[in-house]
Amino acid sequence: MSPNKRPVLNKKEVEMNYLLKEAPREQHFITGAQAMSEAVKRANVDMAIAYPITPQSEVMHLVGDVFAQGHIKEYYRAEEELGTMSAIAGAARAGIRLFTATSGPGLIRGLEAIVSWPGHRVPAVLGILTRVINAPLSIQPDNLEMAYMLYSGAVMLHAENQQDTFDFTLAAFAITEKVDVYIPVAVATEGFFVTHAKGYVDMMSEDLVYKPFDPVAAPVPAMDNETPPARIQRDAPVQKSNFMSYLIHSVWQQEIWDSNSRAMKYIYEYLGGPIEVQNPESDIFVVASGCAAAQAREAHRYAQEEGLSVGLIKVKAIRPFPKKEINEVVKNAKALIVPEHNIVGWLSTEIKACIPNGGIVVDGPRVYGGMTLPVELIMYEIYEALGIEHNMKL
Amino acid sequence: MAEKKRYNMRISGLGGQGVVTTAHILGSCLDNAGKYASLVPFFGSEKRMAPVEAYVRASTHPIYEVGEVIYPDIIMIYHGQVVTHGKSYTMPFYTGLKPNALIIINTDKDVLSEEDCKVLSDLKATVVQFDATELALKIAGTELATNMAMMGMLLGLTELVTTEHIEKAVRERFLGNSFVASGGTAALDSAIEKKFKKKEQLLAANMEVINKTFEMADSVDITGDELIVRLKV
Repeated sequence: MSPNKRPVLNKKEVEMNYLLKEAPREQHFITGAQAMSEAVKRANVDMAIAYPITPQSEVMHLVGDVFAQGHIKEYYRAEEELGTMSAIAGAARAGIRLFTATSGPGLIRGLEAIVSWPGHRVPAVLGILTRVINAPLSIQPDNLEMAYMLYSGAVMLHAENQQDTFDFTLAAFAITEKVDVYIPVAVATEGFFVTHAKGYVDMMSEDLVYKPFDPVAAPVPAMDNETPPARIQRDAPVQKSNFMSYLIHSVWQQEIWDSNSRAMKYIYEYLGGPIEVQNPESDIFVVASGCAAAQAREAHRYAQEEGLSVGLIKVKAIRPFPKKEINEVVKNAKALIVPEHNIVGWLSTEIKACIPNGGIVVDGPRVYGGMTLPVELIMYEIYEALGIEHNMKL
Repeated sequence: MAEKKRYNMRISGLGGQGVVTTAHILGSCLDNAGKYASLVPFFGSEKRMAPVEAYVRASTHPIYEVGEVIYPDIIMIYHGQVVTHGKSYTMPFYTGLKPNALIIINTDKDVLSEEDCKVLSDLKATVVQFDATELALKIAGTELATNMAMMGMLLGLTELVTTEHIEKAVRERFLGNSFVASGGTAALDSAIEKKFKKKEQLLAANMEVINKTFEMADSVDITGDELIVRLKV
């Protein structure tokens, strides 16, 4: 499509396990947006599609640079976010590896197409760099938009920092294309706090690249002259009876959520599991995902310094939700403190729903509108939960 | 004070006073000393005399948390109007202050109200007051070195780093080429560069200011019960 000659790169194609676990790495000091685009650079992406609505992150701009450098075959600038997400679904039918990223209002605008991806068996990686979605206007990193993704059927990973953003994004490309998964994987992290801030990221050489997408091995055949679109369209459920339409939809969606569950073994394989636990024998735990896990980690350290029985559970996978893993860790816990960057507390709702004694969940602390989540607020809840006298005036 | 593991600082000042620059140099100083730092600048429209805040975390351990410092144990006030005119994103300026905190104010006269003094006394805070702008004018010949005087006083009182670490960081900032400054800051950079024939002279003047504040910090005892410690420039 492009009349401009782009550089041809000679890269070594490797398996994801080698790329993530064995390839030598070097430390870099980069922003979260850079970390995501560096992962895309090493993922052998065929096509990136975007129309970044403000507020966005720099991710799709940086991925544009990665395209210009020759690491991606094609970059399509779509009409707007619904167009972007629809184009991802269309491009997936050609049997190619796809990436897009969006933020806040853009995600909500594209949601109609995004929630259809799993049912259409679209293996794409979606970056979500969280931003406020509701009025009054703010461009800060509230992660309420993730709540709207929870029932989309997509696999969802939530990155704590720049390093997670890099590793999770790379792993997402392997997970989404597994024959027994083959649904989209969203990698979310907080805008500004992670995307615009620099942190240390260990990265392998950019001469290494994940092995290319193999459309022949895919469970859904790519459309080409042998498999024309009309052939698939002929069997569309809505053209059958209403009864067939219900039946096909129900078994189809059961299969989508089973696929979602089957992603768990790959989350173990590539990311060491859906949760990280510190001090598993503790009386109380701070349970957090994304950037709130960084604040929780700091609170956990303060608690250790004060000799308090406080553990940390970082939730890396939001979908599939690690019910079994969380239950196993918290079976003797007296309280679970769930700090979040949104007003509804979607993570605490998930945790309450998955344990038999949801009453031990402390609702909060929560900040919204993209405010900073002070570690002091978490410490306050820790003191309260342990019944320790304190004179914190917050 | 040096054995303390962690300092959370809030720096409040006005646009053009070098608040954000101080945060960057402080971060580099700590990095040079083998310690850890993270910094967050916060400003609205970028113009002179508009309120600016910057936040710096300094630690002997890696720092995980992100975002603004809501509960500081060190506050630096670069301009009396932050206190008297409320030119600040945080009102009053000591909001969220932790007990036993250190406050450094650049002023030639008392700016704290009776009520301020009551709150700060209850929190067992120590306020160090000195005319950093006058000191900068007297020693470096330019008020653009005010931030150096403020930073020098902070590091002199806390003993977080040595003057060698500071010199390296100031050198990187003004003589290195790795730093990308915003438009307004770049204009001030060139203004201060024109004042000195050579960049080395700029560095020397800045270091003279810092050395003087280290001397002043050495000569003062801030462990006493009095709320305000006034230093003569």
